[in-house]
This record gives sequence, structure tokens and C-alpha cells, in this order.
Amino acid sequence: MGMCVLDSAESVFCRADIISTVEFNYSGELLATGDKGGRVVIFQREQESKNRPLSRGEYNVYSTFQSHEPEFDYLKSLEIEEKINKIRWLPQQNAAHFLLSTNDKTIKLWKISERDKRAEGYNLKDEDGRLRDPFRITTLRVPVLMPMDLMVEASPRRIFANAHTYHINSISVNSDHETYLSADDLRINLWHLEITDRSFNIVDIKPANMEELTEVITAAECHPHQCNVFVYSSSKGTIRLCDMRAAALCDRHSKFFEEPEDPSSRSFFSEIISSISDVKFSHSGRYMMTRDYLSVKVWDLNMENRPVETYQVHEYLRSKLCSLYENDCIFDKFECCWNGSDSAIMTGSYNNFFRMFDRNTRRDITLEASRENSKPRAMLKPRKVCTGGKRKKDEISVDSLDFNKKILHTAWHPKENVIAVAATNNLYIFQDKIN
Amino acid sequence: MKPWPAVCPSNCSVRPLAPSPAQLAAWLQSQHTELSTFTHCNLAPSGRGAAPLIQHPASKHAYVAHHQRTEVTRVLGCHSCCRIDMFSKGTKRKFSDDGDEISDESLAGAQVSSSYSLQRQSLLDMSLIKLQLCHMLVEPNLCRSVLIANTVRQIQEEMTHDGTWQVVTETFCGGSQSPSERLVATEVLCRSREQDAEPKLFSVLSYEGCREEEVVTDETLCSVSVSDTASDVCLSESARHCWERDEFVEVDRDDEACESSRLGPGDDDDDDDNDDDEVDEEEESSRVDPKTMGQVFGTFEIKNSAPGPDSALEELFSDVDASYYDLDTMLTGIQSAPKMGPYDLLDSLAPSHGPPSIGSPSNCRSDLNELDHIMEIIVGS
Repeated sequence: MGMCVLDSAESVFCRADIISTVEFNYSGELLATGDKGGRVVIFQREQESKNRPLSRGEYNVYSTFQSHEPEFDYLKSLEIEEKINKIRWLPQQNAAHFLLSTNDKTIKLWKISERDKRAEGYNLKDEDGRLRDPFRITTLRVPVLMPMDLMVEASPRRIFANAHTYHINSISVNSDHETYLSADDLRINLWHLEITDRSFNIVDIKPANMEELTEVITAAECHPHQCNVFVYSSSKGTIRLCDMRAAALCDRHSKFFEEPEDPSSRSFFSEIISSISDVKFSHSGRYMMTRDYLSVKVWDLNMENRPVETYQVHEYLRSKLCSLYENDCIFDKFECCWNGSDSAIMTGSYNNFFRMFDRNTRRDITLEASRENSKPRAMLKPRKVCTGGKRKKDEISVDSLDFNKKILHTAWHPKENVIAVAATNNLYIFQDKIN
Repeated sequence: MKPWPAVCPSNCSVRPLAPSPAQLAAWLQSQHTELSTFTHCNLAPSGRGAAPLIQHPASKHAYVAHHQRTEVTRVLGCHSCCRIDMFSKGTKRKFSDDGDEISDESLAGAQVSSSYSLQRQSLLDMSLIKLQLCHMLVEPNLCRSVLIANTVRQIQEEMTHDGTWQVVTETFCGGSQSPSERLVATEVLCRSREQDAEPKLFSVLSYEGCREEEVVTDETLCSVSVSDTASDVCLSESARHCWERDEFVEVDRDDEACESSRLGPGDDDDDDDNDDDEVDEEEESSRVDPKTMGQVFGTFEIKNSAPGPDSALEELFSDVDASYYDLDTMLTGIQSAPKMGPYDLLDSLAPSHGPPSIGSPSNCRSDLNELDHIMEIIVGS
């Protein structure tokens, strides 16, 4: 992969700056990030211009706004974090851009619009805004639109609140562009974008007796083309595909995807590492990808009993599961993403490593997102983790991996080979170097 | 047989500390297959009808027991003492040294078993601690809690099958010691053996909530035997009522808070039917006649859940904030007033336990309850 184009790092590490979600819009022109402090930062790609040929494809800050504020639930005496869990763009229908952002409890629809003209020549107020005395006005004039510096405004258009008792982990816009689903640990709701005061509950796995709770919903997504189909994954490593035409309540799945467990590798941690942290449909809609702790699996929607492809992300961690359990890293939720043509997939790992797998050639590569190791426009060097025995030069041993530097969120441009990688509070954007 | 002593004798041998996580991981991974061929080995203090643990002559840190084939047993030993040791940080236990002879070949096997058990125990403790550490300000991550709880249950099941499951709430020594020296949690859950002549009830940490059994032990036994199919450990009846009550409250809150509406006919009726069937089946299967075990360990019974909570005890605990004992509370962090106190450890050590109003009232229990009540007032203020 090519160059490190943008680095939005700050020298002082601030908890609120930890990036919690990254998402390209449908055209790839805009890249949105959400952070732990409830802010959304949107980057826009520079248009190619003859004046600055080297700046092709750079992403610059386009808009920043505070999406969610911390709240306090007085009923339960608990804080509601403002951390942005997910951002999903809506398809663009007019000049403005719309996105959904959510924290643990509330989803908001934001309109991001540009303003580059300003009306001047008002009758009732001066240029500086002071009101004019109406009795002094002797003539009327028509205000004229004058160009101004580009201003990007973000305004909340809808607030979808009070529908989730548990923490929202996913939102997904439906292909009909009118509805979207939101999933928390035990329930999935279906919303209409125009209606904020009610939503339909379509999945509820809460047991009557909470002591019987053994499984939670970890992720959900709408099918990219079939607006009646969605999937949700669970903490037990299963994926359920549901058809909303079959019943109003989709507790009964249409398809059930689960890979039989390998009895030889069973341990006390088997269930935890089988918990699916992310599920993504391919752009074609024919496959879906799931990420569990150690691997990424590609499933054919027509085959439920096992995945068609399995990629090991960091198998060398299998012998360290107890330590990872102790420091809670085993519960890290890694995301995964497809490239535009579904020929490659990408996911993150520890030590600021991220991995890319080519599905056709079966080759994979490990790269590192760090400032020390990547200068702008420099080629990234492939990394390798040494699992045992003699450590070769440039290899990193498993014991020297930094488990605090984890890449949980990555995004791939929908059309080009441009990727965005969030490393704690830094955002890295890499793209293919074309000669 | 002597009853379990109220105070542990001072001549117990010292248990080795739990191994480090790295060692644990290596052990669990490497030894797992070997264990399947391994026969059961008792871990028990002396004088219990099972073999004592004696120090391995070759290694200071290995405690091995006499190789013995037995039916599934639950032996209360210093194993649970040791676990509580980890929390109370200080009191050491020692096994009395009877010096039974053991064969060489069982020695190695026993060594493996005790190490694996130790490490499994360490994992169990780690998991319980993780469940305890509820973030008071923000709701804890439900997914993480559920995964840890499932791990605990898994360990529990395996220990049950192995016959080394120690009842968490088992009394060991706390009876005559003052609460300040021991955890209040264990104090509350302990039943002083000298005073109470009636069989005691123990609630065991549970996640199979649909079935309920109360495991009763004979006071003279100090051991609890549960049926083989009892990966089923359960919740006490009154505790369940508390949760149901709380669950009901929570549902109300949900209705008020949530503005979502469900379309279509609910599947609640079907679910209820299924649950009932399931419970019935499990209850039948759990009524294993433990005659053989009874002969070995004396009288004991497994009592199925009898409805009708003890009203006298309920009165005593009517002012206890039941939400503390709600598993839902633990999982979702719903607490009316987060406060750090001994009762935090109580409901976290054994979150499935309701207020200790289990079973038949007794003088000593009411004394303990009053003590708890007083403690709660003192500490809670």
C-alpha cells in the first residue's frame, strides 16, 4: 500500500479523542469519524487539480461537530456515555449529506450542508446585524446573494431516543433508504427515518428470567439489496439471517449460520473467542463476513453449516488467551471491512497492526499504522510477528506486542484502494501508490 | 465423624499460591487432553472420610491425595477456604498431616490433577472478580458480563463432573470470628454449625435458572452431594422471588421508558409453555436417587423447589434492597444507590443468592441476620 496521507494526531493523548468509529460515505468523498468524546469529524477528499498534482486524494477536515453529550439516567443512577458507537451515512439525495450517529442509547440524524453564499442588503437590518429603525427606511431593496467562505453546518434533524434499554452496538441503513435498524445487546428495532417517536421491535432475545441469559446480540446489518433481509450475530459465534416478510417479529430466523466447534481446540476460552464482534455483508450481497477474536470468516449466504473462507488474523495469540482474558483484551471488538470489489478484506490487530487478505490470491499482508514507521508518501513496510524460535530481523515477537495499541476500526473506500485506519486517537489514511 | 470445626485448626498445611496467568494458560492448554484420562482425585482435609492431602516428598508445592475411585462427590475442603483466602488475604489454612501412604503411579497423576484444579480454580476466581467489578458510574458491558458468567458456569460444570466443586457459600470457619476479620459475605452465608442442629440449605452459584433445587446437607457431614446431572445448581426460591419482583419492576420501567411497540402476536405464550416443559423435564432428571452417595456420606436430601417463601424471614429482610441480589442488577448495573460496602462483595461473590433467608429459621440465623442488619446500617451510612 502506498502513502500515509493524513494524520490527525494530537501530541497529548486525551481519552476523549479515542476514535470509536470510522465510515466512508457512499461515494467515498467523505470520511466520518466518531470519538469517545461524542464528536464527529468529517473529512473530505480534495478534488484533483492541476495546480497541486501531489495533493490528489488528500482528505482534509470538512466539518466537526458535537453529536452526543454525556447524559445521566436518573432512574438507574448511571451515566450514559457520549461515545459514538457507530456512524452510518445515508445515500446522498440532494446537495446536503445525511448521517446517522449513535451512542449507547440515542440515535441522531445529522444534516451536513454547505453554505457558500450569503444574502446581503437586508432592509430591516444593517450589514453588521443591527436592526434598522423602520421609520428610517425610505426605499426597499432586494437582498443579493454574495459569495462567502465556505461554511459547513451540521444540524440534528431527527433524534431517535428512548427505544433501547441496553447498549446500542449497531445501526444499519436499509436498502430502501427509508428505514434503518438499531441493535442493542438483546433487541433490534426497526425505524423509519421520518418517525422518531416510535419504532418496531423486530428481534427480542431477552429471556423472561435474566438469570437464563447466556447469549447477546453483538452486531446487526441490513442486506445491501434486499430490504427485507438482515442478519445479526451473537456472542456464541452464531449468525441469524431473518426475513422481515416472514413475520413481524423475527425471533425465528430464516437461516442459522454456525461453524461446528473443533473439539480438539476446546478450552475455557472457546466461547469467548468465538463471540462475533462484527458482521458485514459483501457489496454484492452474496457473502457476509464475520470477525471473531482470532479470525475472519467469509460465509456464503446459501451455506449455513460452515464458512467458505477462514482467515487467521493473529493465531499466535491462541496460547496467550489466559493473559488476554486477565487484562480484558479478549473482549476487544474488532471490526472488519470489504473492499469495493469484494476481492479483499481488512481487519485490525494489536500493536497497531492491521491485516489485509486477498481472497483471490490467498495472500495476506500485515501493516503497521504508526507515525514512527510511516512518513507521508512513504511505502508501508510489511510486518511480521515471530511466533517462536529464532526471531528474524525486523520481526516482532509475540511478547513484545503492545496490547494497548489496538486497531479496532478500519474502513475501505467503496470504489478505490484507499483505507482509513483508526489507531486509538490517530487516524491514518493510506492509499495505493499508482505510478 | 466430627462436625466441621467452626474454626479451622491451626495445623492445616499451607496451600501454594495460584500460578500466574501465563502458567495457567500454558497448563490449561497443554494438560487438557491428559486430564480426560485422569481419574478423580479427592482434595480433602483429613478426617473427612476422604484421603488427606500430604506434601509431596519431592516438591514443596505439590499436595497430593490418595488415589481413590469414588462416585461423584463434593468435598468441602480447604480448597474453598483457600479461595476465600484470596479475598480475605491473610488467613492460612493447614491440613493435618496423617501421612497416608500413596502409590507412586497415582502420585504423578494426582499432581497433574491438583495443578490443573488449582489453575482452573484460579481462572474461576479471576472470572468471579471480573464479575464483581461493576462500574458504578456507567453500566457494565453486558456482553462481557455474559461471556464471563458463561465461563464461570463452564468451569463449574467441569468441576461438578470432576467432583471437586466446592460450594461457594459453604461455611468453613467464619462462625465464631467477628465480622471484621472475615468478609461479611462469608459471614452472612456461613451457618454456624454448633448451634444449628437442622440441616442447612445452601444456595449454589447458578446460571441454569430454570430449575431450582435446594441442596441440603446434614450438619455432621460438611459435604454436599449433588446428583450427577447437577450441572444444574440453582437458586433459592426466595431469591428467585426477589428477582421476579425486580424483574417485574424493571419491565414496568421498560414500558414507561421505551417507546417501541411490537407488532404482531407475541410469542410469549409459546415460550412459557416451552419453559414449563423444560423445567418439568429437568426436574425429573434431577431427581437422581443418590442412594450410593447417601451411604457414603450419610443422610442428605435434594429438595425440589417448594413454593412458599418463609414469611418470617422475609419480614426480616423486607427492608433489604432486593435489587442488590438481582442478577439483572449485576449484569446491567441497575442499582438504586451504588455504595461500596461489604454487601457489594456479598452479591458479587454469589450474585444468584438472594437474601440469606433460605430454609428453616433458626436462632443462630436470626442472630446472624441481625448482625448483618446492624452491619449494613453501620457500613451503609
